[in-house]
Amino acid sequence: MIRMLLISLLLLADPSPALPVQDDTPVILSAGEESGAGEEEFDVSEYLFGHVGDAYEWHITTIREKEIAIPLPCIVIEDGIHVFTLHHAAENGYTLNADGKLVNARTGKRPFDISITKNVMGLIIDSILLVVLILLCARWYKRHDVLKEKPTGLAALLEPVIVMIEQDVIKDAVGSEYKRFSPYLLTAFFFILFNNLMGIFPLFPGGLNITGNIAVTGVLALFTFLMVNLFGDKHYWKDILWPDVPIFLKAIPIMPVIEILGMFTKPFSLMIRLFANMLAGHIMLLSVIALIFLSASMGPVLNGSMTLIAALFGVFLDCLELLVAFLQAYVFTMLSAVFIGLAHARPEHVTN
Amino acid sequence: MSLITPDFGLLFWMVVIFGIVFFVLAKFGFPVITKAVQTRSDHIADSLKAADEAQARLSNLAQEQARMIEEARLEQSRILKEASESRERIIAHAQEDAAAEAAKLLDHARVEIAAERESAIRDIRRQVAMISVEVAEKIVRKDLGGEADQLALLDRMVDEAEQARKPN
Repeated sequence: MIRMLLISLLLLADPSPALPVQDDTPVILSAGEESGAGEEEFDVSEYLFGHVGDAYEWHITTIREKEIAIPLPCIVIEDGIHVFTLHHAAENGYTLNADGKLVNARTGKRPFDISITKNVMGLIIDSILLVVLILLCARWYKRHDVLKEKPTGLAALLEPVIVMIEQDVIKDAVGSEYKRFSPYLLTAFFFILFNNLMGIFPLFPGGLNITGNIAVTGVLALFTFLMVNLFGDKHYWKDILWPDVPIFLKAIPIMPVIEILGMFTKPFSLMIRLFANMLAGHIMLLSVIALIFLSASMGPVLNGSMTLIAALFGVFLDCLELLVAFLQAYVFTMLSAVFIGLAHARPEHVTN
Repeated sequence: MSLITPDFGLLFWMVVIFGIVFFVLAKFGFPVITKAVQTRSDHIADSLKAADEAQARLSNLAQEQARMIEEARLEQSRILKEASESRERIIAHAQEDAAAEAAKLLDHARVEIAAERESAIRDIRRQVAMISVEVAEKIVRKDLGGEADQLALLDRMVDEAEQARKPN
C-alpha cells in the first residue's frame, strides 16, 4: 500500500517538470517582446489550461479573430432551473469568476451548476460511440454462430482485446468468481481506453482531456470502491476490522485504522494515477507544440528549427501517448481486479 | 487550482453517464460477447479432447490390427506345420499299409504255390503209378502162362497194392 502511494506520488510528480519550464518561458519571452515590436503575446498558461481544462463552450479554433466554438447549454439550479448559453449568461444574471466558473452576478456565489460543459459533451459523445461499438460487436455474436464462423470486422477487432483482458487480467486477479465482475471491469477498461484514445485524436469529437480530469477518474475510482466494498465477503471485513495481528495492535485500534484508511487509499491511488498520467501526457504534448508559437518571434531560423524539433517530438509523444492510453486503461483495470480479488477469500485462504 | 478540484457538475454528469454506459454494456454488451467466446473456447477444448480420444482409439486399432496380423501369421504357420505333419503321417501310414498288403499277398502267393506244387506232385505220382501199372500189366500178360503163376502173381500184386496204399 505504501509502495502504491509512493508510485502514485511519483506519477503525480510527473507533470510538474513540464509545468515550471513552460511557466518560465513566457517570462523571458514577454521581456523580449516588451523591448520589441509589442506583438500579440502568446499566453502559454491560458493556452495550456484552456486545452486541458473544462469550459462552457467547445472551442474548436480561431480563424481571423473569429472564434469557431460550439455553444453548450449552461444548466444552473438556483431557485429554479436556468438553461442558457454562455453568451446569454449576463441576461440571466450570471457571470464567470476568475476560475472561469459561472457565479451569481449579484452575490458572487457558485450556484448548483450542472452545465453540459465541454468535458460533459465529450463524455456523452465518446460514451455513445463506445456503446454503439460494443453493441455492434455483441450483435455480431447474436447473429452468427460462433462455432461455425470466425469473427469478422468489429468482432475480430474487439474480441482479442476482450479475451485478453478477461482471461489474462480479470480471471487471474479476481479468481474463481471473476464472471460476476468482468462486465464492470471490461466496461471500465474500454471506457478509459476509448476516452484516452479520443483524447489523443486532435479533431472535433476528440482532443479533450476527459480521463485527465480528476472528477472523471474520481467517479471511476468510486465505482471500483463500491465494487470492492459492496461485494466484499466476511473474510475481507474481518481482515479490516479484526486482523490477525497481536492483540495490542487491535486494543488501541492501530491496525483497523490503517486498514480502513487503506480502503480509501486504494481507489484514491487509482484516481490520481489515471488523472496524473493523462494530464501529464496532454500537457507534454501541448508544451512541445507551444514551442512553435513561443519561438515565432525569435526569427525564422530559430522558429524553423524549433518547429522541426517540436514536430518530431510531437510524433514521439503521440506514439508514447498511444502506449500510455492503453497502459493506463490496463493498469486501472488490473488494479481494480486485484482489489476486488483481495476482497474475496481465495480457496487457499479459507483452508489456512 | 481547478485542475485538481473536482467540479461538481462534471462529477454529477460522469456518474450519470458512466452509470448508463455501465448498465447498458454490462447487460447487453460484454456478457453476450464473453459468453459466445466462452462457448467457442469450450467447444474447441471439447473438440481437442475428442480428437485426442479418436487419435488414441486409432492407435489402439492399429495395435489391434498388428496384433491380429501377428496372430494370423502364427495360426498360418501352425496350420502349415500341422498339414505337413499330417501329410508325413499319411504317407507313413500308407507305406505301412502297402508293406502289410504286400506281405499278405506274398504269403498268400506262397501258400498257393505250395498247394499247387503239392497237387502237381500228387498228380505226377498218380500218373507214374498208372504208367507202372500199365507197364506191369503188359509184362504180366506175357509171363502168365500157368494157373499157379497167375495166383502167385495175384497175391504178389495184392501185397504190392496194399503196400503202395499204405503210405498214401
